[in-house]
Amino acid sequence: MIEIRDLHKTYKQGDVEVQALRGLDLTVAPGEFLAIVGPSGCGKSTLFNILGGLTPPTSGTISIDGQDMMSLSDAERTNLRKKMVGFVFQKYNLLPTLTVQDNIEIARHIAGEFGKPKDPSFEQALDMLGLRAKLDRKPKQLSGGEQQRVAIARAIVNSPAMLLADEPTGNLDTENSELVLGLLKRLNEETGQTILMITHNPDAAAYAHRIVRMRDGRIVP
Amino acid sequence: MISRLVIENLKHRPVRTGLSVVAIGVQVAMVLTLVGVSEGMLQEQQRQKRGTGADILVRPPGSSIIGFSYDMPAKIINVLRENPEVEIATGTLVQPTGDISSVTGINLEEFGAMSGGFKFIEGDKFKNPDDIIIDDVTARQKHLHVGDLYKNTLNRDWRVCGIVQSGKLARVFLPLPLLQDLASKSNVVTWGFVKLKDQAKTDEAIKTFKERLPEYKIYSTEEFASLISIDSIPMLKTFISVVIGLGLFVGFLVVFLSMYTAVLERTREIGILKALGASPAYIMRILLAETALLAVIGSITGILFTYGTRLIMSTFVPSMTTVIVPHWWPIASCIAITGSLIGAIYPGLKAAKQDAVEALAYD
Repeated sequence: MIEIRDLHKTYKQGDVEVQALRGLDLTVAPGEFLAIVGPSGCGKSTLFNILGGLTPPTSGTISIDGQDMMSLSDAERTNLRKKMVGFVFQKYNLLPTLTVQDNIEIARHIAGEFGKPKDPSFEQALDMLGLRAKLDRKPKQLSGGEQQRVAIARAIVNSPAMLLADEPTGNLDTENSELVLGLLKRLNEETGQTILMITHNPDAAAYAHRIVRMRDGRIVP
Repeated sequence: MISRLVIENLKHRPVRTGLSVVAIGVQVAMVLTLVGVSEGMLQEQQRQKRGTGADILVRPPGSSIIGFSYDMPAKIINVLRENPEVEIATGTLVQPTGDISSVTGINLEEFGAMSGGFKFIEGDKFKNPDDIIIDDVTARQKHLHVGDLYKNTLNRDWRVCGIVQSGKLARVFLPLPLLQDLASKSNVVTWGFVKLKDQAKTDEAIKTFKERLPEYKIYSTEEFASLISIDSIPMLKTFISVVIGLGLFVGFLVVFLSMYTAVLERTREIGILKALGASPAYIMRILLAETALLAVIGSITGILFTYGTRLIMSTFVPSMTTVIVPHWWPIASCIAITGSLIGAIYPGLKAAKQDAVEALAYD
């Protein structure tokens, strides 16, 4: 369960203070697939960065599975990213020098899970993602859709409490977009993975259980 | 896992990796070659002194182990001869020739009797007033044969009358009285050499000489040979320290630039690792491991380079004996690794402190 109350985030851009989030409230149930839509600059990415522990909020309350994120130090937020959060980015963000297998394994290594047996649900997800035959390939040998599937595999390998997908189909053609969105939906349905997805695309948002809209740093009806 | 990432990162930029390895290798080779030349020349000195066949060496008061700046009266040789245990005593004069080489004046008969004689590869003893004897290493370096001119030494040209096998006393020889005359050093010598009738009485004879000549430096040949080392020559030690310092600085600079570039280039990848939960220490570990691997490969390359520098030296400057110094390999490698790791600290800290959100937005 993710509970966000009256969340504010202000950051400085040069000498100017920018209020990215202005009292945001949101509740996400466990196992929910939520799409967040809104215009550019409405604070979607800032919300993701805070939920993912990449940046601290200015004020408000956030709890993920009962853990209060407001009180976390930098080191604790780093630890949170290891196991509680999985990221899927628009630009895939795979490490170009590593193979598919190693791109997935490094997430386990960072989380301290390297060498331990993988969760059976991950093995199931790996089959679902259709990556078994491509484990020895490097990212540049894969299509955009395949790279995004690797990014999804890496995001879920440590069984995170939530998967944060930031425009996961932004760089993909329609066919691959549908494939990736279908996979996210299956993943949510078959493994109960909580997914929060940012998108501009109404068709993509339609894959989610629920759609929330953001404007000017708030959730709007 | 980190080792795999490090190896793949190094393979990903082969030119940068290759240049860094070569630069670290040159630094290691520089230190090892300098030490190799120093030790080689000292070993040659030991070999030459042992090659005299003398049991005891006598040097003037105040003189150092290496150096020809002190001379002593030639009559000291007569004092040495007074000892009944002495079979042969002879003196030599060493005259520097402007560059790092020198000419040694010898009494060929006395020196022959002491050392068992020169082994002539070409030619024979001094016959004419402009005759000079050189060793085979000098002949090879200067491309000389018997009858050729040995030019511009002591303000004149000489005619090579004999080429002898190296390893006895020096590399270039003139008759002692002639050199004394040319150097305006009549009746002085630089070294006194003594061969005893019974080598077992060396210590006893040294004791007697020291009583008779209390101010003089008197050594057994073996004691003298053992004193010839880098540690016993303060200037050389300082010089090597300076080169080591330079090596450390070069290693630091090369790795600093290389890693700084790598960190800038990999800003986004560092952001990815941070998004996956990598701590600053984890990021630092990757960069330090990459640096250490570069430095180790660079050190091995540098060690291999020294075989090349030795070949070049022995081909073009055979008189500068260069030896391979395996006992210095770990020292030179440690210098390279230390310099490199210091060089990686700032880029490493920069990477570790990078803001994940900004790094992920980097193109």
